[in-house]
Amino acid sequence: MNPTVYGLMAEFTEPREILAAAQAAHKTGYRKMDAYTPFPVENLANHLGQPKSLVPVLVLLAAIGGGLSGFFMEWYAATISYPLNIGGRPLNSWPAFIPITFELTILSGAVAGIFGMLALNRLPEPHHPVFNVAEFERASSDRFFLCIESADPKFDLIMTRAFLEQLKPQCVWEVAP
Amino acid sequence: MIPASQTVAGAKPGDMVLPEKRPKGLIAPKETFESVTEDIGSIVLTQKSPRAWWFGAAVAFALLMLLLCSISWLLYRGVGIWGINIPVAWGFAIVNFVWWIGIGHAGTFISAILLLVHQQWRTSINRFTEAMTLFAVACAGLFPLLHLGRPFVFFWLLPYPDTMGLWPQFRSPLVWDVFAVSTYFAVSLIFWYAGLIPDLATLRDRAPKRAQKIIYGMMALGWRGSAVHWQNHQSAYLLLAGLAAPLVLSVHSVVSFDFSVAMVPGWHSTIFPPYFVAGAIYSGFAMVLNIVIPIRKIYRLEKFITLRHLNYMAVVMLATGMMVSYGYVMEAFMAWYSGDIFEQSMMANRAFGPYGWIFWALMVLNVILPQALWSKRIRTNPLALFLVALSINIGMWVERFVIVITSLHRDFTPSAWGMYRPTFWDWSTLFGSMGLFATLLFLFIRFLPMISISEVRKLVSEEKEAQI
Repeated sequence: MNPTVYGLMAEFTEPREILAAAQAAHKTGYRKMDAYTPFPVENLANHLGQPKSLVPVLVLLAAIGGGLSGFFMEWYAATISYPLNIGGRPLNSWPAFIPITFELTILSGAVAGIFGMLALNRLPEPHHPVFNVAEFERASSDRFFLCIESADPKFDLIMTRAFLEQLKPQCVWEVAP
Repeated sequence: MIPASQTVAGAKPGDMVLPEKRPKGLIAPKETFESVTEDIGSIVLTQKSPRAWWFGAAVAFALLMLLLCSISWLLYRGVGIWGINIPVAWGFAIVNFVWWIGIGHAGTFISAILLLVHQQWRTSINRFTEAMTLFAVACAGLFPLLHLGRPFVFFWLLPYPDTMGLWPQFRSPLVWDVFAVSTYFAVSLIFWYAGLIPDLATLRDRAPKRAQKIIYGMMALGWRGSAVHWQNHQSAYLLLAGLAAPLVLSVHSVVSFDFSVAMVPGWHSTIFPPYFVAGAIYSGFAMVLNIVIPIRKIYRLEKFITLRHLNYMAVVMLATGMMVSYGYVMEAFMAWYSGDIFEQSMMANRAFGPYGWIFWALMVLNVILPQALWSKRIRTNPLALFLVALSINIGMWVERFVIVITSLHRDFTPSAWGMYRPTFWDWSTLFGSMGLFATLLFLFIRFLPMISISEVRKLVSEEKEAQI
């Protein structure tokens, strides 16, 4: 544990390299780390040992909840709160309630999708130590970074740097906390 | 670009790359991550706006001012300034509403449905068309509200805790419409913004000016492209596409219920939902082409929006156009085959009555002229394609005019027949809404990346991998 740095960051130029680096770091036993890429690299989170995303579960639950409450609202309005007897037709005319039930299912799922994604990513988060590296600006353009954090029990400023150097990165950066 | 046959021979067994299925020419060769970022990002960050932008934005803004005048006068005097009357209570307001909603559909179709079926050519046009959807739905939403007569009590359409214990009538298609259109707007906005977040981070990191850095930085929410972020983002993005795909089919179906659930001859028909959805995608693609063809020329984006994209969009237009034509034929056939005297006289009146010439104009604009799209030379000639798309856009507006006005003006009882003539304020509101749409579009082009930078980077990476 070294409180003077947030971690060490290696810079790569190709998606293949970052995938290999993530795999190697995980194999070596590093766990507290993250990779930063300008576009989604398939299986990268997997190679870092990240569990699957929880977004689908949130969306499913919200969509079911939204649909059910939409239908309940219509049923309650039509049969209990304000029943209208129109020629003796059934009050719970459920086929006519389907369009709104459907729309609310979609709406709730979509709202849960974006807010769930932001919450799981802990966004908005205006500042993060990785932004302290000037070169990190290129993480949103053409460079791929692997950052091993000092919170990792295996982290050692010299050993970890040596490990990262051996992956042949463009450069290894110290990330200020 | 390596010929497909070589790549197949070089591919390892079990490789996910299917070269023969990868259409070539989606992106110019020699593009790199950096060049893509620079080309698209610089339009927003550093380039001066071309003269065409200033000219277009000025015209659009003038039309927007016309809309503001028209709305102010409408709020002051009431809907009587329009040509609507009894029996034609739904005039231009509803024609314009259906037209704008339809235009929006291509955006969702391109961004959601084509994503789900792995059509990679969508990448360079999806951001743009999503924005178009959003602005078109905003224009559409305006019309029913203005048509209410008392727009300040629009919230009566929503279920809110009313002191008199009243509810909206949930069995009415007009209430379904409120839910469908507002859901459509909300989901389109969410989908668009979710895709924008990584690109906003790119703009934040490259912005030369401090003000730009701060504004784009706030909008990017601190996105840093971490693998975990991307994993959640991709999952959410795919699910949003999955949710938007059935939504886009439902919205115009619900709009068509506004008509087909009523018993007016010419409206009361089961063909309406699919026929409306096909028409919506038809006019939407026409609008995409009408906007994209000038833009790719002005901003020199030919390497991202290639002739292949134009060709594909033209093919979609041809297919949906044939579905719409089938709808026209079936409407006429069913009127005759039903043996219903009111349906038959509606059809005869539609083609040969006082508005007959509009019906035949519709046939020329929407059925006959688009047949030119069978020719590949037309499909890959931007100017010709632009003209065909323009014909379809006008044609689809005329179609809604025919459906709304010729059905209403002569229904069951001849003593209740009437005529509808649009007034100056009808036209000014229609053209004004185009001004609103175009103004939003010009601002979007100026301030946000009109092509998804992160998705094009991924395309470049895949292209590179396929060559190795």
